Amino acid sequence: MLTRRIIPCLDVRDGRVVKGVRFQNLRDAGDPADQAAHYEATGADELVILDVSATAEGRANAAHTVAAVRAVLGIPLTVGGGIRAVDDAARLLEAGADKVSVNTAAVDDPSLLTRLSERFGAQCTVIAIDAARRAPGVAAWEVVTHAGTRRTGMDAIAWAREAVARGAGEILLTSWDQDGTRAGYDTELLTAVSEAVPVPVIASGGAAHAAHLVDALHAGADAVLAASIFHDGETTPSALKAVLAAAGIEVRR
Amino acid sequence: MKVAVIRTGVANLASVMAGLRRAGATPELTDDPAAVAAAPAAFLPGVGAFGAGMAGLRSAAIDRVLVDRIAAHRPVMAICLGLQMLARASEESAGVDGLGVFDATVTRFRGDVRIPQFGWNRVAPTADSALVQPGYAYFANAFKLDALPEGWAGAMGDHGGPFVAAVERGPVLACQFHPELSGDWGQALLRRWLEVSAC
Repeated sequence: MLTRRIIPCLDVRDGRVVKGVRFQNLRDAGDPADQAAHYEATGADELVILDVSATAEGRANAAHTVAAVRAVLGIPLTVGGGIRAVDDAARLLEAGADKVSVNTAAVDDPSLLTRLSERFGAQCTVIAIDAARRAPGVAAWEVVTHAGTRRTGMDAIAWAREAVARGAGEILLTSWDQDGTRAGYDTELLTAVSEAVPVPVIASGGAAHAAHLVDALHAGADAVLAASIFHDGETTPSALKAVLAAAGIEVRR
Repeated sequence: MKVAVIRTGVANLASVMAGLRRAGATPELTDDPAAVAAAPAAFLPGVGAFGAGMAGLRSAAIDRVLVDRIAAHRPVMAICLGLQMLARASEESAGVDGLGVFDATVTRFRGDVRIPQFGWNRVAPTADSALVQPGYAYFANAFKLDALPEGWAGAMGDHGGPFVAAVERGPVLACQFHPELSGDWGQALLRRWLEVSAC
């Protein structure tokens, strides 16, 4: 039986980790490779690197970052941010990413998913979907892009189905309502999407406690992504897994 | 030890190369059959479809070299699609011949499970396995072998039913999972394979 995965996310800008973990045993808290090795050693099942560089120059560093992380990392690595074309993805995969994640570029041109999947395989192609409720308490979500600033009007569930039909092998699903709130994942959204598609769904946005992870996994998520929950050293993937296991969820320990 | 890593098409090999380096090997990418035949150890990665993978091996004339190495009990490691290509055929690409080392057909997962299988799954070695330890390995596959071939040890997993996680005989090891992405457990397996391959 497949275990449920815990996936830390590193935000990287211009080759440096922003909002990283503040652990004293790290030589350099801004170094992505040091952070990556630390996460693997503390029980992470996979790692996501999100390149949040604002400039093309900054993004050109992403391949160097990926190569440095790959040299030390023995678990799967997904890289997202700024991928607009097959060639962008090819550079990151050659540098050592195992999967690439696309978001706005796929909304602008859904054929990008097909081209990525045909060239590299569905196992390499992750669709990141940012979803916001159409209104509080309403079980309908629309896709938002450009870091939540643009509402597309597209139905998030329908987009998830289309993305999978076009070749996405995994969905990284962020609730834009919950992201940054530390109030827990949007479990209703997770159930709706995971029932709509056959591929794994990674929950993102809102985690602050182990109980939030348990809720997301019970709601149908195959994996949980978290960032800030690890930043103050208040917990580790291994510590969270102990709680998940006690709740009857199978995890790798 | 020098390991000839077979370059088949567009497969992303950075993780494999990094994993072998961390395990202490010196991996060299090649599509030259003579280099694959001569190397102390050969590594067959595999990402993509069965038909395309076999076409890549045939056009590079590496298919016979691999079969000969395995028949001679010389070190070979095959992963993911690499394991599947050792079979006679696959449901993924009807009408395409595999390498035929195993007299079996590769089938697609069935039942109420996520397909492809993406993630960490428990691996249970057979009693006669010398290389594989119990533990969790990282998989990314929609197809699999259903049963261990006769005369081979290995390991099994479960995803909507039992499937073959690894097949081994001496220094020949084929893994459905990705040891290079399976953390410390995978690194330890790569090291054990390199050790038996150096004998």
